Amino acid sequence: MARVASALFSRLVIIIPYAWLLFFFLIPFFIVFRISLSQTAVAMPPYTPVFDLFGGLSGIMEKAREFSLDNYVWLTEDVLYFNAYVSSVIIAGISTILTLMIAYPVAYGMAKAPKSIRPTLLMLVILPFWTSFLIRVYAWIAILKPEGLLNQFLMSINVIDQPLIILNTNWAIYIGIVYSYLPFMVLPIYSSLEKMDHTLTEAALDLGCTPFSAFWQVTFPLSLAGVVAGCLLVFIPAVGEFVIPDLLGGSETLMIGKTLWNEFNANRDWPVSSAVATILLLILVIPIVFFQNAQAKADSEGR
Amino acid sequence: MKSLGSIRRSFAPWADPASKPFISVRNVTKRFGDFTAVDDLSLDIYTREFFALLGASGCGKSTLLRMLAGFEQPTSGEIILDGQSLAGIPPYRRPVNMMFQSYALFPHMTVETNIAFGLKQDGMPKADIAERVGQMLKLVKLEKFAKRKPHQLSGGQRQRVALARSLAKRPKVLLLDEPLGALDKKLREETQFELMDLQQELGLTFVVVTHDQEEAMTMADRIAVMSHGKVVQVATPAEIYEAPNSRFVADFIGDVNIFDGTVSAAENGYLRIETGNGFPVRMASPDRPAVGAKAAVAIRPEKIRVSRQAPAHAPVNAVEGEIWDIGYLGDMTVFHIRLKDGRVVKASLLNAVRAVEDPFGYDQQVWISFGEDAGVVLKD
Repeated sequence: MARVASALFSRLVIIIPYAWLLFFFLIPFFIVFRISLSQTAVAMPPYTPVFDLFGGLSGIMEKAREFSLDNYVWLTEDVLYFNAYVSSVIIAGISTILTLMIAYPVAYGMAKAPKSIRPTLLMLVILPFWTSFLIRVYAWIAILKPEGLLNQFLMSINVIDQPLIILNTNWAIYIGIVYSYLPFMVLPIYSSLEKMDHTLTEAALDLGCTPFSAFWQVTFPLSLAGVVAGCLLVFIPAVGEFVIPDLLGGSETLMIGKTLWNEFNANRDWPVSSAVATILLLILVIPIVFFQNAQAKADSEGR
Repeated sequence: MKSLGSIRRSFAPWADPASKPFISVRNVTKRFGDFTAVDDLSLDIYTREFFALLGASGCGKSTLLRMLAGFEQPTSGEIILDGQSLAGIPPYRRPVNMMFQSYALFPHMTVETNIAFGLKQDGMPKADIAERVGQMLKLVKLEKFAKRKPHQLSGGQRQRVALARSLAKRPKVLLLDEPLGALDKKLREETQFELMDLQQELGLTFVVVTHDQEEAMTMADRIAVMSHGKVVQVATPAEIYEAPNSRFVADFIGDVNIFDGTVSAAENGYLRIETGNGFPVRMASPDRPAVGAKAAVAIRPEKIRVSRQAPAHAPVNAVEGEIWDIGYLGDMTVFHIRLKDGRVVKASLLNAVRAVEDPFGYDQQVWISFGEDAGVVLKD
């Protein structure tokens, strides 16, 4: 009896993540995808066709014939969408690289710190999450604006005599993304560095590596899993980021999150914004699938 | 193997005042905070020597090895290698290589690239690297495993890769930190002899750290027994075993019976010692302590005879007791014999002849005795 129960329990444990994915990812995605095939309408909800469950199977089939790929064709016709996608990927890419360049030394320092203070350092990395994300982004406006804290400071120590224009440029977006997503990069890198055997570095030194080349030949390659995880955790949300470009970026900054928000709220065009969201998902998912395939292949090659 | 044995016996540069040490550790002290790991230690190691640092964990042997490798700097004193002081020379510029206890193989590299790693750092041409790696793989019999990653190897194979990697650069000195510690007993015994052969073949100087006295005895030309950051005795395995210079060494290496007493007479290289166990001992000794001085006699179990009858020299070097415990080990039998005062003496008999029944039984009254040169007199 107990064995049956424990077998059942272990099944249940496996089901939970799948159920989570089904209810909170696949079904919502399917709904979005279905809306993307519809046409906009002045109605509630603002698109057609709307399925009527009482129409029976034939009714549903009838309605389904109204689906079209028009919205996707529309996305290719207006260069605005293409530009928004490209500039989102570029901005997210630059931000991810900047985040990595700052997060790696931080994680490295944490992993090399005495064991007793590591929990405190971890705590400090997570600490900003205790304040609202919006408030933290707003705070950057006060820092970056022409008469803001940064310019006041730089001018008071005579580094510059004209205030720097940072707010409402892409630089402000980079700063905002780097600041907001830093912990997502630090934590996976830290965890991969922290569990690394330090005698590996000693072995590299012993075999003739300078500390610098030991880092590049041993430490860094072995922390790659953490680096990749961190980059994905930063890059993926940064591509679709809306709040940071909206608050810190300029009016000419084109990012897909902002475009999506405009289509959805200002234009009230749910089908087009759904199509934008679907393409965004494909842009993000397809490279990751390829990447993971390649990695699995590389892993099994040594066998 | 036979000729090898005779080479090893005649190899004794430490006994020759004209020979110069290859590694010279001079008054080296290493402190970590207020803990002294190595305490004013001096040692000489000669070219082509297989030198073992033996001691319990925390005795400072690993710290000394790490100072030789360059991972730790001495707090005071200096280490001289081949006439050059190693002070301030980082590990990557020292002509020594180390084999780590955990092997420290790079998990993201294949066996081949692991072995080639050190050569690549030296900027050796690719073709030469390939050739050397091939030699090394052959040396450790891992040709078939060149493309494997460390996690796809057994413990013994990993140990060989680690050895090949540390030997690939042909270091002047190879440092081995508990090289066989992670292997099971049978494999360990095989590998001991392989390491010895390898060291002979390559003509290298090996410094091995171990806590396993059997390992040290088997492999080393000389052993330094360490305790609390100091060297207690440096000598050949036979000297360490047969002529320990202190109670610590006698007790640390192998089994021993120690009888405490006072010197009552000294003549012609022999001492008479009245032991506290109710029998006098006459023992050969080069020293001549004063009459009345405290002395201890250390006798190994295999040098104690057990007999039913009192030997002719009784009561000198002989005493009666009762067989208390018998441990049959196959190749020999260990007897625990209880004396009248309750003291238990260990004696071991080699089972040179096949016999199903033990020569002695439990609770039997027996005599134990030993010759006048069977033991060593310890001063403390």
